[in-house]
Amino acid sequence: MTAVRIPPTLRNEVGGARQVDADGATVRELLGDLAARYPALGSQILEGGDLAPFVNVYLGGEDVRTLDGLDTTVSDGQTLILLPAMAGGAC
Amino acid sequence: MLRTADSLLSLVGNTPLVELPRISPSPSVRIYAKLEGQNPSGSIKDRVAKAMIEAAEASGELEPGRRLLEPTSGNTGIALALVAKLKGYPLTCVMPENATEERIRVLRLYGADIVFSPAGEGSNGAVRLALELAERDPSLFMPFQYGNDANPRAHYEGTGAEIADVLDRVDVLVAGLGTGGTLMGAGERLRESFPDIVVAAAEPLPGDPVMGLRSLADGYVPPILDVEKLDRKVLVSNAESIAGLRALLDREGIFGGVSAGAVVHVARTLAAELASSSSDGGVVVTILADAGWKYLSSGFWDAHDVEQSMEKTVWW
Repeated sequence: MTAVRIPPTLRNEVGGARQVDADGATVRELLGDLAARYPALGSQILEGGDLAPFVNVYLGGEDVRTLDGLDTTVSDGQTLILLPAMAGGAC
Repeated sequence: MLRTADSLLSLVGNTPLVELPRISPSPSVRIYAKLEGQNPSGSIKDRVAKAMIEAAEASGELEPGRRLLEPTSGNTGIALALVAKLKGYPLTCVMPENATEERIRVLRLYGADIVFSPAGEGSNGAVRLALELAERDPSLFMPFQYGNDANPRAHYEGTGAEIADVLDRVDVLVAGLGTGGTLMGAGERLRESFPDIVVAAAEPLPGDPVMGLRSLADGYVPPILDVEKLDRKVLVSNAESIAGLRALLDREGIFGGVSAGAVVHVARTLAAELASSSSDGGVVVTILADAGWKYLSSGFWDAHDVEQSMEKTVWW
């Protein structure tokens, strides 16, 4: 089981939870498991079998887009974090 | 030899690059910091503001006296305020209403007008509102740092070139991720000189209160940012940023801003990886976007619970 943190923007899709568990050996499997159990979440974070453009997915604190994308391998004890793409440049 | 400058704007860039031996987790890895807080208005954004305005002047898009409009919660606004003042343009900044008091006051002292966007929408809200205002009033000129090629170009021709000129080895570049301008521009220039370089972004982990987007459709990826060109993109919590900031101050005497703390946190992690994976050590270059002055009124310096004291603001 891997803990998945849900941002406020997507909590309605998982019944208000800040964190849910998911199963899978890769990020693709984890998100697939989530999408199967929470279809409304799945339709927002996945688009045509890939990550939707405005969602960022982090494993072990690193953006999976700079790792192996959806094929990134998940190790025991790692946390998956979902975040909306936000404009930086505050500074 | 010291010389006089004809204008403050000719002092933008050419910032110092200093080694941080006390921060490095291993003597085999040298960490350097580019001190962007030493630009005239106090941040790396002087490079961007100057480049965007001069590019628009050169193309004829920006006529004398036309009002500038820009979404920014701080440094870009202050940098634009300086450039606008010296070049004679009025300026309106759109910023989230929870921006720090120092930033608001400095902007007003420079003579800028401020339009506030909802705090809960963070920078995305400021971008959205600025785009709406510009659409409604074509007399406004919006440099728009998120989509302006002059932003990464300033870092290609300036920041990156300055680093390549003085170092003969760079294994890792670490900078804060905001618009993406620094990482895209300096990263591209350094990759030309050091093809195996790892370009790493330090990215803020936002607190719940500043993630008030109604849906993912309100998300935003700056047009100038190409994530494919980043080798690492690392989330940094507010507590980790402040730990980095304190280490910078305690060990090296550098009084950095919040993003500088995050950059140092990532730099130390990647330096430790380099020390264990490379037989001949390495060189890590960090870009510290600003100094700590504008954050003095923030509660985190003395707070026991850093996360709680910082979660309501977008820090970079």
